[in-house]
Amino acid sequence: MVSAVDTYGSDGAAPQVIPLTSPERAQLVQRRNASPCTHLWQRLDQVKDPEIPVLSLWDLGVLQDVIETNDGVTVIITPTYSGCPAMDMMADEIRLCLAAAGVENVTIETRLSPAWTTDWLDQEAKQALRQYGIAPPARTNSAGQQTVICPHCGSHHTTTISEFGSTACKALYRCLACEEPFDYFKPL
Amino acid sequence: MSEQIDTNNADTLARFAIRLGDDALILGQRLCEWSSNAPTLEEDLALSNVALDFLGRARMLYGYATQIRGGSEDELAFTRDERQYENLLLVELPRGDFAYTMLRQYLLDAFEDLYFAALTQSTDPTLAAVAAKTVKEVDYHLRRSTDWIRRLGLGTEESHQRLQNATDELWGYVDELFETDTLEQGLIKQNIAVDRADLQTAWCKRVTELLSASNISVPETPWQVSGGRRGLHTEHLGHLLSEMQYMQRAHPGQQW
Repeated sequence: MVSAVDTYGSDGAAPQVIPLTSPERAQLVQRRNASPCTHLWQRLDQVKDPEIPVLSLWDLGVLQDVIETNDGVTVIITPTYSGCPAMDMMADEIRLCLAAAGVENVTIETRLSPAWTTDWLDQEAKQALRQYGIAPPARTNSAGQQTVICPHCGSHHTTTISEFGSTACKALYRCLACEEPFDYFKPL
Repeated sequence: MSEQIDTNNADTLARFAIRLGDDALILGQRLCEWSSNAPTLEEDLALSNVALDFLGRARMLYGYATQIRGGSEDELAFTRDERQYENLLLVELPRGDFAYTMLRQYLLDAFEDLYFAALTQSTDPTLAAVAAKTVKEVDYHLRRSTDWIRRLGLGTEESHQRLQNATDELWGYVDELFETDTLEQGLIKQNIAVDRADLQTAWCKRVTELLSASNISVPETPWQVSGGRRGLHTEHLGHLLSEMQYMQRAHPGQQW
């Protein structure tokens, strides 16, 4: 489902319609909707990111495809960062989740292309991140700058502490309004 | 893997993937040495995260090589001797002080930014996919190392001196970044690999501009060394490998 919102450019130009779902995300959703094994996709919604338990692998865009054949099930995933240490755990949890549903012969394939992008996170996922205390990836404006919004108080007045945070996908920020530090999910 | 590559070419391709993997693994191992030793907690996290990116890249490249010619990632990492490693000399040098680590990182990041952007156009789809993944991560590495060069160069007298010393020591290793041997030349002709020499002008311009802006003088080093691609290493690689490979050497085939 692609929704849209009216917005005004900063220069007060005519409103333009910006889709809330990125084309990349829309493509993933289309793949899922066209898949004949809906029950498996739904089942796999239970598998969460071990580091960010409010997001499922589907929400993150790590889960790319589920293919059922006579020989078993192939699950295709893509790594967020190439050295993400959580990938093996995610693969184990996919197996456990499908085994609990009586599905055996599970093959897990890693696909590198197209490279994972934070554009695969949809609005619900970004909202879930915010509620969990992590600032979702910000859009970059035409000057190449990002406004990172504090997930605690909503202030735009924030500063970088470190380009790298508690995991490869996050940076460390601090809010200058409420003075709380927070994790920022880096756009990639 | 494309079907039209013959066995000879497949072996060349595997060796190319392995040497790019060697660059990543050895630098990843060096960066890991900073874990719990970095000057600040934030730097500790950052260096460890950058190291993870390099280890992940090594796994993707070794994984591709084993798809082509069998074997395992672990065998490649833990059972080869130093003469079988084909990494650049620059990545195996001891970590030195923080200025030395960050300067090496910057010199490489600036190179990789150009190299992997070009490699995304490789006619080999797997290498192109690895490059597309890598180039996004390099963007972060480069942003951070650029920032540190500026801060150290324009910081205190001591930080400036340390960065200048690092530049004087490391400059003799940069030419190797742009060297190609017959193995890479064959792959360049097929548009699988990237011609390193093509990147040298852009790299030099970018690096000397930043160093000058950071009050660092670029040395006119009378010496340049290379040899990593031929398995001829500095004395430091053997020590690194003996530490990294200890467990698999003592208990072959050991699993966690």
